[in-house]
Amino acid sequence: MPDKKIIQAVKQKATGKTSPDGTRYDSLSVTSVAFLAKFTGIASRFVEIVALENNIIPERYIRNMQTLSITDQISLLKATVCIVGLGGLGGTVTELLARLGIGTLTLVDGDTFDDSNLNRQILSTQQLLATSKATAAATRVKAINASVEITACAEFIDTDSARQLINDTDVVVDCLDDIKTRFILEDAARDAVIPMVSAAVAGHIGQITTIFPEDTGLRLIYGEPGSAIAAKGAETLLGTPPYTVTMAASLEVSQITKVLLKQKGILRNQLLFFDLDQNTFEILQLK
Amino acid sequence: MQAHIKLNLFATLLKYNPDISDPYPIPSGATVGELADQLKMPRDKVKLIFINGVRGSLSTALQDGDRVGLFPPVGGG
Repeated sequence: MPDKKIIQAVKQKATGKTSPDGTRYDSLSVTSVAFLAKFTGIASRFVEIVALENNIIPERYIRNMQTLSITDQISLLKATVCIVGLGGLGGTVTELLARLGIGTLTLVDGDTFDDSNLNRQILSTQQLLATSKATAAATRVKAINASVEITACAEFIDTDSARQLINDTDVVVDCLDDIKTRFILEDAARDAVIPMVSAAVAGHIGQITTIFPEDTGLRLIYGEPGSAIAAKGAETLLGTPPYTVTMAASLEVSQITKVLLKQKGILRNQLLFFDLDQNTFEILQLK
Repeated sequence: MQAHIKLNLFATLLKYNPDISDPYPIPSGATVGELADQLKMPRDKVKLIFINGVRGSLSTALQDGDRVGLFPPVGGG
């Protein structure tokens, strides 16, 4: 179908609405997006992009608006993010990115859910015990936002697979739970010239940083990979309570958004450190 | 000569916290490593060192009034 016809069809389905601050806007419902995707034969995220380009807001993103501009929302719909690790951090990151409206997600985890995941991993349910985390993540994203294109990979990463998986993505998100694999992912991101957002938690504390290919990165936090691999993280003693993990995941999503939209406040060579015991947040200079 | 620092220990290092951590007395010019020794904290337990919000090392010499944060490695998710 020619672009002009698609735009016309989108405009026909738009309805006038009033936002809470009294501003009028043209809205496109979830049902209309699904109908238009079928009718025009284009993927629903492209229907949403066409709508936004014509100042019509897909209603599912209306509460993103003002904080995000229409141009921002279009950029997010055109973006690809790879999430490695779909446990405590990755489950919430996936959930939030799907709701935010990231157009393409690559979801990577070779693990299955077990009982000890239920305290914090938002994708885990009793029913899904012993089933694939990658499958659960894909199912969840589809249920939330049919416009998101998903590649699910039920594999643990190694050096080769990491490189393949993150190729052609705009940002890679480190949601892993061991220090050794974090370095493998960082190397792959550096090779692919892709920024990486990384978070880790233990007990009441969490830390977030964003690493660009030319940055020193995880070595500033963990030391040389050899020494870091030998060291056990504090989480082995203090565990990973749900509120700490979810906080860190949310901060990762904030960083991902900033990187994708080239905003200020990207934590390069900085560590945003929080302590929910002392109720403190601090930005620490790594360099 | 004594100096006084504001000491912040986190997570698994909290067990080495002195009764009073602010102000915490150290010999003037002591390094972070010597601070760890004074706290009876094995040096290899410390992964990240921040002095006044900037990354330091075990060999960094401390000054009166410094705010010192010591962190273990953190890798959970």
